[in-house]
Amino acid sequence: MQVKRKHLIGLEDTTPEEIETILNTAGSFKSIFNRKIKKVPALRGHTVVNLFFENSTRTRTSFELAAKRLSADVINFSVSTSSVAKGETLIDTARTIESLESDMIVVRHSCSGVPLLLSKTLKSSIINAGDGMHEHPTQGLLDLFTIKEKKHKIKGLKIVMVGDIAHSRVARSNIYGMTKMGAELTLVAPPTLIPKDIEKLGVKVEYDLRKAAKNADVLYMLRIQLERQKRNLFPSIREFSLLYGMDEDKLRLADKDALVMHPGPMNRGVEISSEVADSPQSVINEQVTNGIAVRMAVLYLLSGGETNEIDSFSGQSN
Amino acid sequence: MKLILSAGRVIDPANKVNDILDLLIEDGKIKKVGKGIKDKDAEIIKVNGKIVAPGLIDMHVHLREPGFEYKETIASGVRAAVKGGFTSVACMPNTEPVMDNTAVVELVISKGKKEKLANVFPIASISKGAKGEEISDIGMLIKCGAIALSDDAAPIMNAEIMRRAFEYIKQFDLPIITHCEDKNMTADCVMNESFSSTVLGLRGMASAAESIMVYRNIALADYIGAPVHIAHVSCKESVEIIRWAKKQGIRVTAETAPHYFCLTDAAVKNYDTNTKMNPPLRTAEDVLALKAALKDDTLDCIASDHAPHGRTDKELEFNYAAFGIIGLETMLALTLTELVHKKILTLEKAIEKLSYSPAKILRLNRGTLSLGAAADISVIDTEKEYTIDTGKFESKSKNSPFNGWKVKGEAFMTIIDGNIKMKEGKIL
Repeated sequence: MQVKRKHLIGLEDTTPEEIETILNTAGSFKSIFNRKIKKVPALRGHTVVNLFFENSTRTRTSFELAAKRLSADVINFSVSTSSVAKGETLIDTARTIESLESDMIVVRHSCSGVPLLLSKTLKSSIINAGDGMHEHPTQGLLDLFTIKEKKHKIKGLKIVMVGDIAHSRVARSNIYGMTKMGAELTLVAPPTLIPKDIEKLGVKVEYDLRKAAKNADVLYMLRIQLERQKRNLFPSIREFSLLYGMDEDKLRLADKDALVMHPGPMNRGVEISSEVADSPQSVINEQVTNGIAVRMAVLYLLSGGETNEIDSFSGQSN
Repeated sequence: MKLILSAGRVIDPANKVNDILDLLIEDGKIKKVGKGIKDKDAEIIKVNGKIVAPGLIDMHVHLREPGFEYKETIASGVRAAVKGGFTSVACMPNTEPVMDNTAVVELVISKGKKEKLANVFPIASISKGAKGEEISDIGMLIKCGAIALSDDAAPIMNAEIMRRAFEYIKQFDLPIITHCEDKNMTADCVMNESFSSTVLGLRGMASAAESIMVYRNIALADYIGAPVHIAHVSCKESVEIIRWAKKQGIRVTAETAPHYFCLTDAAVKNYDTNTKMNPPLRTAEDVLALKAALKDDTLDCIASDHAPHGRTDKELEFNYAAFGIIGLETMLALTLTELVHKKILTLEKAIEKLSYSPAKILRLNRGTLSLGAAADISVIDTEKEYTIDTGKFESKSKNSPFNGWKVKGEAFMTIIDGNIKMKEGKIL
């Protein structure tokens, strides 16, 4: 299996078949994690640049580890906004990076649209590691992978996603991914955090979490930026937590085997209680581990790799 | 010097003329309009198959000088104007320094005159420094040559200050041109709030942020009894308020710009910063409402909001790119292609909205082919088909979303005060 694409900008334009291929490939890579030597020579000689315009230790580390486990050379390049202040534009910075002969650039930026812009300007493969409020496709893929691993299917599952949908790139990528794979997705948030006409993406919108949580198979809690309160998007942390935070009481309304997910980092006691976060139903730590396998799959497939060749790497290392 | 434009279709909305006629220009004035005009001293230019219209007037442009000469200068701006068929432009006060004092007004007027191309009419800032706090020396600005006052540089949020501006300017009977936007509602926003902004993950401006201020400004103008002109109307709700206000007899006029009836916010799809302007591109429903409003004269005129920006302002992240697009060299073609050829407006109506209407709003003694009027004339080839190429533009800036568009209709000749300033794309 192969994917015929150079860039991964979002899940909006990926097909269910491509998603399936990436998830299967990630599965093959994950099986390597149990070995003593967790490294394969799949991308030996390739250069992967992590170009981060926004702080993110978690995602950057995950990509870095994924690339290293594929034996790629990895460069981490963090650009503070200070170089923008010096007059260097985004395009200048990106061209400078590409002059390092990179094959793939993993980009994170606080502005929506930056990965697409770079994909049109540069020769390297571009992987979106989160752009503004737009998409975070590898997060969406690792979430799908985690659900599939635990539930053995995605189609027909009742998934409830709760929180700051309006400002969330994780929400957008998951909306595309989950609906493409046949899940029934309900978004839950106060109306101030539901973006305009989101129903057109094939999801339901519900303001009452208790109602939506009933019989849910997956409860996906989004991180709330506490500063949103200053913009009057909700009245107080206390009220948000009461109405939209996941606690044991609300969790009981869901299916008894329901998964609890969160992209991290969590605000314990705000969108998720510690009891729920640490409960047996929580798969939050598995999401992080799966992120490495999924990012390995994405790096590998975008460089033209084939899934059925992965087994031939067995026992090899460099 | 005498000139006869022979056998063109003369369309003069002010005088309800629409016929194949000759037109004689003498000493910079319109001397005679009629059939079979003969004058052995006159140069004759055959304009068979072309439209002879009053000189087009763009009442909303940004010429950027003084302060932002890398984007546009008055010299490059008036070249773009005559190339696009415009004989007069009214320029907005968001220069650096702001056009809130007579020195800048005089500079703009004198630089405009020096070029001997399109007439340049300055619009001064309502408030000092465009800060929206204290009103400018309105009387002195008008005496010095400002033809209107505007808050286009920065909309005035404080209704009390706006009220006093309307009240004070009443003595001069000139319009206040307002950019209607509740800035509290649009902070950090970069496009229209809609399904498109949801998908793109960009902060969206509610159309209500515009219509609220359209209503506020109409209410103030009505209360005071002063005229108000609403700049660049972009949404359905604004149109409905203006239509209602006109029915009440309130002295309101309004414009829209070609991009608002040619494009929707779906054009933002690939984060093309040439689709970023303020007000933003709206929805298909808004486009329909604007077309209906042009048709029933709720919208009096079409203005380009020509807003030149350099590459360093536009080749950026969508969030950081400047708002605005150029329009002087595309407005006529887009109006003809999207409104006239598609039978939304008659040709007479389109010409009226590009000449006579803005002249009336700005109290300019232009925009007609009346005998004795200044011979500002645009000769238009409505049938010429071509592809828009910003590389050939006279404007210093190229920030247009219409590059590569196939259009039908262009300016054939631009005549100002009886002198030919542009013919077949060449500036003379």
